[in-house]
Amino acid sequence: MIKRISWNLLITRYPAFFSTILLIVVLIVNAIVQPNIFKLDTLNGNMRIFLPLILLAVGQTFVMICGGIDISVGGIVSIINTILATQVGLNGSIEQMWKFVLISLLAGMLAGAINGFFIAILRLQPIITTYATGFIYAGFALFLLPNPGGGIPRVAADIYRTTTPLGLPLAFFVIIVVLLIWWYLRSTRYGRFLYAVGGNKESAYQSAVPVTWVILSTYVISGLMAAFAGIAITLLSGSGNAEIGNTMTLSSITAVVIGGTAFSGGIGGVAGPILGSITLGLIQNVISFAQINTWWETLVKALIIVVALAAPGVINLFGRRK
Amino acid sequence: MKKFVISPPIAALTLAIVLFLLSGFLPNGYGSDVDVAIAQATNIVRLAVFLGVIAAGQTLVIISGFEGIDLSAGSVVTLTAILTYTIVSGENSMVIPALLVALVVGGLVGFLNGLGVTFLKISPFVMTLGMSGVVTGTIIVINHGNISGKIAPIMTRTIARPISPDIPIPGAIVIWLIFGVFMWLLLERTTFGKNLFAIGVNRVTAKLSGVNVTWTNIGAYALAGSLTGFGGFLLVGNTGVVFIALGQPYLFPAIAAVAVGGTLLSGGKGSYWGTMAGAIVLTLITSLLTTMQMGEAVRRMVLGATLLALISIYGRQRSLRQ
Repeated sequence: MIKRISWNLLITRYPAFFSTILLIVVLIVNAIVQPNIFKLDTLNGNMRIFLPLILLAVGQTFVMICGGIDISVGGIVSIINTILATQVGLNGSIEQMWKFVLISLLAGMLAGAINGFFIAILRLQPIITTYATGFIYAGFALFLLPNPGGGIPRVAADIYRTTTPLGLPLAFFVIIVVLLIWWYLRSTRYGRFLYAVGGNKESAYQSAVPVTWVILSTYVISGLMAAFAGIAITLLSGSGNAEIGNTMTLSSITAVVIGGTAFSGGIGGVAGPILGSITLGLIQNVISFAQINTWWETLVKALIIVVALAAPGVINLFGRRK
Repeated sequence: MKKFVISPPIAALTLAIVLFLLSGFLPNGYGSDVDVAIAQATNIVRLAVFLGVIAAGQTLVIISGFEGIDLSAGSVVTLTAILTYTIVSGENSMVIPALLVALVVGGLVGFLNGLGVTFLKISPFVMTLGMSGVVTGTIIVINHGNISGKIAPIMTRTIARPISPDIPIPGAIVIWLIFGVFMWLLLERTTFGKNLFAIGVNRVTAKLSGVNVTWTNIGAYALAGSLTGFGGFLLVGNTGVVFIALGQPYLFPAIAAVAVGGTLLSGGKGSYWGTMAGAIVLTLITSLLTTMQMGEAVRRMVLGATLLALISIYGRQRSLRQ
């Protein structure tokens, strides 16, 4: 009985608890199949691949803590990628790159604000609204760049790929900045509003929380983070492809859930999804390094994810039986 | 003062008819030729059948509430289509066994979804998303990319062709109408249907009123899987070919059809008539966009915008200020 309560408490109070255990397990397996994983080059190589999904999942978390969902993020990533690839170009200057990075961030926030307008102000249902806007965004990306091509200056891509300040991958510093901002935000009034709205909209409204604006803001944040993710993935790939974000939407949601944020809202944090995204990336790593037959890849990956999702529930179930 | 309420199924159907009439004025529309108009309308409804049947299972899980959704539907359609294809292999006598296998296998996948959602408390979105990966992975492992089989002549005869030379109504439409009546009976005239709405509105009150919440919920997922399996069976009967990406394009349009048909995505309210109307509207819009020969980019944007406009009409949730 006591054990059950403490387990539940652990899950609710420290949503990142389970994802940490999971991450450690996957990391150990990864270290066995790929012994050089902790070498700086490999670490940097891995982290720069994981970063876009991490950023996307962080944005998704804000929306999900507030009880919503954003399935348009992949479309936003594609838009940003196509903007950068078509407007800056392979021979563009660094100044131009900076200019369009800023424009991208604004574009991401605008796309998020459109989602927020329909969901918070017109009160449409999040999943279907962002599905519809996602279609618009993906279509717009395809409109900007019908065929894969274009690119960004090599110098910019190299900065992202090879910079290792203080002997650590660049992605680590980005993650630390994101975490610091989150820890500050959580202690502000806005942070409390987020959880209040996610927990119960009616009572939040009765307690004079500006529910509409809080919900709207989460979609703007999600759009902004999707823009950051789009910039990161463009720096990583160095080229443009209007379909680049398609598969990222569902991965970002899986990462958030593995990270311990409930779908119903009101609980969760930003640390969990970061761990969740890294876990998803490592699972992919393990699969490619363990030399699993190509035919089995999809199944093995899906099974690991299902088991990871089911594990807290299984433990809870047995805890209750005792 | 009595508030003017539009019934979603009727609104969607009216919209479909108006859109269809307007489409006659398009440069390559049917103009004043009534025969062509009827043929076009029949064809659109025939295409809507498959989306409509696949959306039936989705309607059930969405009505059951608690963020209910079935993202494994796309892969279940592919799986059951492939099963039908290989089991039938051109033999009329194997059609009924194949149909049974499709229903049972679909139901089994749905049952597993239900177990995960209820007992392990995994949110339906990620549970069914994970299951989708597992099903797709299993198909790849078993088939290794090559599928041999053939559909039976009797399937083409009953599904794709008109019911008799004099009546130019394809068999699929008749099957859909019977199916619609079955769904109406299930939702409105059985204890299971009533329980389904009850748990969708409020799980606690449903439980206190003596509804077995857990098993009703599992039942909804299992039945949804079966209905989706039936969708896969019908689809392969129409297309005559199978491939790994057969079902996936139907997944989100099916959810959109449910939403356009006025079923609340938060559960507890909805009807299958609405979903049928929604499927017709969506198919109509898609085929109109194709007839107008728009580019893929513009088509996606217009489809997204139309969907957004449709749900803005009656998909709005109630205000907190009440």
